[in-house]
Amino acid sequence: MTPDSHGQAARHDPVYDELSARPEFAELRHRYRRFVIPATAAFLAWYALYVLMSIFAHDFMSTQVVGNINVALVFGLLQFVTTFALAAVYSRYSNANLDPLARQLTEDYHRTLDARTDKGGH
Amino acid sequence: MDTNQLLTTGLFLSVVALTIGITIWASRNSSGAADHYAGGRNFSGFQNGLAIGGDYMSAASFLGISGAIALSGYDGFLYSIGFLVAWLVALLLVAEVLRNSGRYTMADQLAYRMRQKPVRMAAATSTVVVSIFYLLAQMVGAGALVALLLGVQSEALKNITIFFVGALMIFYVTVGGMKGTTWVQIVKAVLLMAGSALIVVIVLAKFNFNISDLLGTAATNSGKGQAFLEPGLKYGPELHKKIDFISLALALVLGTAGLPHILIRFYTTPTSRDARKSVLWAIGLIGAFYLFTLVLGFGAAALLDKDAYAKVAASGGNLASPLLAEAAGGGPGSTGGAVLLALIAAVAFATILAVVAGLTLTSSVSVAHDIYNSVLKDGTASEEQEIRVSRIAAGVIGLIAIVLAIPAQKLNIAFLVALAFAVAASANLPAIIYNMFWRGFNTRGALWSIYGGLISSVGLVIFSPVVSGKGLDPISGKNLSLLPTSIDISWFPLENPGIVSIPIGFLLGYLGSITSKEQSALDRYTELEVRALTGAGAEQAVQH
Repeated sequence: MTPDSHGQAARHDPVYDELSARPEFAELRHRYRRFVIPATAAFLAWYALYVLMSIFAHDFMSTQVVGNINVALVFGLLQFVTTFALAAVYSRYSNANLDPLARQLTEDYHRTLDARTDKGGH
Repeated sequence: MDTNQLLTTGLFLSVVALTIGITIWASRNSSGAADHYAGGRNFSGFQNGLAIGGDYMSAASFLGISGAIALSGYDGFLYSIGFLVAWLVALLLVAEVLRNSGRYTMADQLAYRMRQKPVRMAAATSTVVVSIFYLLAQMVGAGALVALLLGVQSEALKNITIFFVGALMIFYVTVGGMKGTTWVQIVKAVLLMAGSALIVVIVLAKFNFNISDLLGTAATNSGKGQAFLEPGLKYGPELHKKIDFISLALALVLGTAGLPHILIRFYTTPTSRDARKSVLWAIGLIGAFYLFTLVLGFGAAALLDKDAYAKVAASGGNLASPLLAEAAGGGPGSTGGAVLLALIAAVAFATILAVVAGLTLTSSVSVAHDIYNSVLKDGTASEEQEIRVSRIAAGVIGLIAIVLAIPAQKLNIAFLVALAFAVAASANLPAIIYNMFWRGFNTRGALWSIYGGLISSVGLVIFSPVVSGKGLDPISGKNLSLLPTSIDISWFPLENPGIVSIPIGFLLGYLGSITSKEQSALDRYTELEVRALTGAGAEQAVQH
């Protein structure tokens, strides 16, 4: 690690262009975006629905389900359930579909750096 | 001092001694910037998950949310939901990407492909502003707590407490750095979960674990009936209150992933995969804790007698949990009550100390790394110089927070923190998201979105009813705004600025980018993208 972070924008390492051009990288980016963009849209929409129902559908949200437990409370608790569930699904998805590609590309990166014999460091 | 107060003071001092011990121990194993700023990047996913929980579950969560539920019923629960769902933004879009592409601060990731100096200056400014808002909330909580425990409603005592907390946090940060801070947060997370779980079990046991009974009693005792369990008590029926609610909901869900003290926690893990694991642990922990706040809040409404409930109301809700602990243990005057009150107050104090340490560290690192070294010294400062400046900055930021906390004491802590979330969501999140997902984003876009979001969110708060124009409370006769009633500069009707300032942040980021003649550094974007998604070239853990 060289103390160069402050000059970062001035330098560019061509190894990244090579990696970026690999089909594996295109696939990794595709898989990442294919998951996170719809997932983000979905949980934000689900949360928005909850917020809007809370203020504009007061009577429905106040319907009692069991005893003093009403729809509003159940709906709120469902937000917890979906948050846990989506986090778990993303974890499985990235372990299975993202990490192997990322590892492979990182290995290629190190191999390229090791092959440079003229200068030490990066 | 009677026995109960001795007990309380003893527990308080033990918490303080424990955290000081951890800090000194950590300082012996810490050398160099990566240790001081990022804890050597050696914390496992589980450890960092606990630390994130410790950093995130602040006095706002423990004291503020339970208080908001105790006073406003169901409407207080929105905080819990927003604060939790927000973690999905951090998990899916921010944590791993930031770990792979940054180094010590939020600005690192932006500076990757922008002109360094102006972008670092903007990001550091926003980091300091958000952190100070957040710090205020914690210190207000500390003042209220100590005054309650010692049974004196003295302003002087509250102010002394605020000074004391300020001095401690400066000590943690300057001596222990990120390592010390992280361990303080881990210990705090364990104490907080255990302490609240204990009170939750006692409260539920009083209702034979029948939630419906608990809710019913809370509704009756609150004097508001079923409306207490339904949405709309605080945020309705007037339209501007409903819009305020949407505004708050937006800031909560988008704020977390823009909070600088949370963002830099991702740098403390060895790889982005550990950063992801740490967020998963944090989600589990934080989710469980927010379920507890539901029981604590409704429990306080159900179990507190009239006197205690009035005290909760007078504190803006901030004292609901400690007073509930006292009631759960047998009420005022009983030994059980005193023990539980002392225990929960000590836990709350640990909570506050851990969070203020994290906030002070984050802002002081940003001042040293981004402003001092990159902007003023062109990146030529040595590590020792930079760390020294960060220590001085910690002192200065601590002092600013102390001075501002004193007039802020009558506001609900969760509300104060929500303002910090609104600023974070308006100023930081748009830049972070654009930077990663939009090739055409450039320096002007980054500056416009950061400064635009920052100025609009803080500006709208200044002209909101929070600062002036609310008038006197019809019951207590207290001034409800921060400024004296003779001054009224309010024209913005909402207390929460997010619904206006967050779109402004995103819009200005877009407009700034498309109107700038600057070519965005496409080769650097490619580099950022590869690095962010694969981890190739990411900062490595320190080998000791």
